[in-house]
Amino acid sequence: MTEILQMISRGLGLGSVYALLALGFVIIYKSTRVISFAQPAFMLTGAVLVSYFTGPLGFFVAVPLAALATAALALGVERVAIRPMVGRPVFAVAIITIGVDLVVRVFATGLLGIDIRQVGDPWGLESTLIGGVEIQQRHIAMVVTTVVLVTLLFAFFRFTRMGLAMRAAAYDQEAALAQGVSVGAVFAVAWGIAGALAAIGGTFAAAGGSVEQTLGLTALVALPVIILGGLDSLPGAVLGGVAVGVLQELVAQYQYKFPSWLGGNVSAITPWVVMLLVLLVRPYGLFGTREVERV
Amino acid sequence: MTTFREPRPANAAQEPTTSEPLRPTTPRRLWGRPMLYTSYSLEMGLLNTRSKQVAVAALIVLGLAMPLGVPDEYLNLLAIGCVAAIGAIGLGLVTGYAGQVSLGHAFFIAVGAYTAAVISGNPEGRTIGFGVTSLFVWLPAAGLVAALAGVLVAPLATRLRGLYLAVVTLGLVFIGEHIFNEWRELTGGSGIGRPAAVPDLFGYRLNVSGPLFTRDQQLFWLMFVLLIIFAVVARNIARSRVGRAFTAIRDRDIAAGVMGISLARYKTVAFAVSSFYAGCAGALLFTISGFFTPNTFNLEMSVLYIAMVLIGGAGTISGAIMGAFFITLLPRATQFLPSVVPFVGAESTDVPNVFQLQVVLYGALIIVFLIFEPRGLFGIWLRVRNYWKAWPFSY
Repeated sequence: MTEILQMISRGLGLGSVYALLALGFVIIYKSTRVISFAQPAFMLTGAVLVSYFTGPLGFFVAVPLAALATAALALGVERVAIRPMVGRPVFAVAIITIGVDLVVRVFATGLLGIDIRQVGDPWGLESTLIGGVEIQQRHIAMVVTTVVLVTLLFAFFRFTRMGLAMRAAAYDQEAALAQGVSVGAVFAVAWGIAGALAAIGGTFAAAGGSVEQTLGLTALVALPVIILGGLDSLPGAVLGGVAVGVLQELVAQYQYKFPSWLGGNVSAITPWVVMLLVLLVRPYGLFGTREVERV
Repeated sequence: MTTFREPRPANAAQEPTTSEPLRPTTPRRLWGRPMLYTSYSLEMGLLNTRSKQVAVAALIVLGLAMPLGVPDEYLNLLAIGCVAAIGAIGLGLVTGYAGQVSLGHAFFIAVGAYTAAVISGNPEGRTIGFGVTSLFVWLPAAGLVAALAGVLVAPLATRLRGLYLAVVTLGLVFIGEHIFNEWRELTGGSGIGRPAAVPDLFGYRLNVSGPLFTRDQQLFWLMFVLLIIFAVVARNIARSRVGRAFTAIRDRDIAAGVMGISLARYKTVAFAVSSFYAGCAGALLFTISGFFTPNTFNLEMSVLYIAMVLIGGAGTISGAIMGAFFITLLPRATQFLPSVVPFVGAESTDVPNVFQLQVVLYGALIIVFLIFEPRGLFGIWLRVRNYWKAWPFSY
């Protein structure tokens, strides 16, 4: 029993990182109707920046600072590469984000260099005993951070003017425009928030280890998560993220019981397989809204 | 369809109408009036203007003569370009014509590459092989197996639209990567790889230098001729009933469905044809290098093919070919940069180095083309053509 609880705690930690990343994707999707394939690059950038700031400033200053810097970068990217594409096919914009990802990732890995860099988190691989279950501190920190951020985000969307504007723009862009909502500002804020979330997610994904060039691949796992939860559902992103995280841990744990022809490291593709299976039954994910189609 | 008829002679009015029906005259071109079409079939022809006929003939002659004057190193690159063009045409059919965004092209390329490698592989080798080296066996087989994989994926495409489909096809690449990395009897395993298909034409090995021509010359000719065949077939698909159904689905799928186009059927056809092309490209691609590892078939490869289609010009065959050559030759072109631009290093340890620059160029080109020239290289060509067509007038 404790073993299972331990696994679930690991899964929750991993899942909350996925949830943060998935939230970034969903926020961009809701306001601009585009999946941003640039999130992996922002994630890597955030983690690399934290690894630079953490030495002189300490971890708890470095993370918000890196998040702000990444948000600023995302704002710049949105202004230069995405804004000119307003009104163009979403597919074209999605491909532009792939281009952005390629470019930003080169600079981030260039900054990363060949040395081993760490984000310098205070937890490392230490663990605490809670109710007889040994839980790694970093996983607790991940869950707590995600809960705080998700609460803040929901409050932002619920109670602020900008949040209201963003919800209006997500609901109907033209009607929002007619009501005086600056859709451009909505796009910018969406990209900024997504950039900051990716940076924080990247930092936690690198916590307990070092910043790797392949860190961005974790962000791609958020793609099956958002499809699973439904592209336009914020609760779906959080629940999907946590579910996928726990599932991945379970699969990794019971790997040895699987038939050998499945090969090693099955947990890496579990999210994608689950996504395919769910989509066969529910084409708009678990919580997504069905698109109303007009000719 | 409407056809040009000879005017009746004046006395024809008196003839009883039951006499032999008017037969369409053979379509003919009028000298000096290139824009006048005297029949529908002429207007819809593959090469419907004289200048197109001349230009295509010139290009083919130039291509066939190229191995005699170009050094082998470049021929090798151009042969890869031809194969990439076949793959890009396939992706262009499903993404450019039928509008179904596929990020899973690398998966279908992999299926084709492994089918061909297995059929022509050494039966006593480390990996599975049946030892049938004839090109006429493994090339169609690779295409067909890949097409079958495409048909299996198609049910998802008929249920999903837009970016949902893009992410699902992306999932295909990741799942495929896992399978190919783990199935060591088939692929040789991650980082190790296996020998590719052997191009054997009527018992003549094309990948070994012969008495008359070198290996690269022979391979270039093979790939060039195959590219012409595949391009013509694709162009014919595009201007047939199927191709028109594709464009109708791309432009507005519900409207197309209302008009009686079976969405499920044509989306399946689009995926099957595209995967067939991808499979053939995969089978051919590695005969040039002779060896390949499962790590090749990743997201990067899919993005590269998307870049070819978009930079070349989505929804055109010639655009896909241009894009494929552009993307294949770009890395070679950037290798000249260190000698021109002083601060770019040629080694991977230098900080702004050629390899970083290449990736930045790919990314920047995708962005710049999509923002400023959505019709790609083909669009640039159209502008140039229209300028000279109307010259000296502005339009």
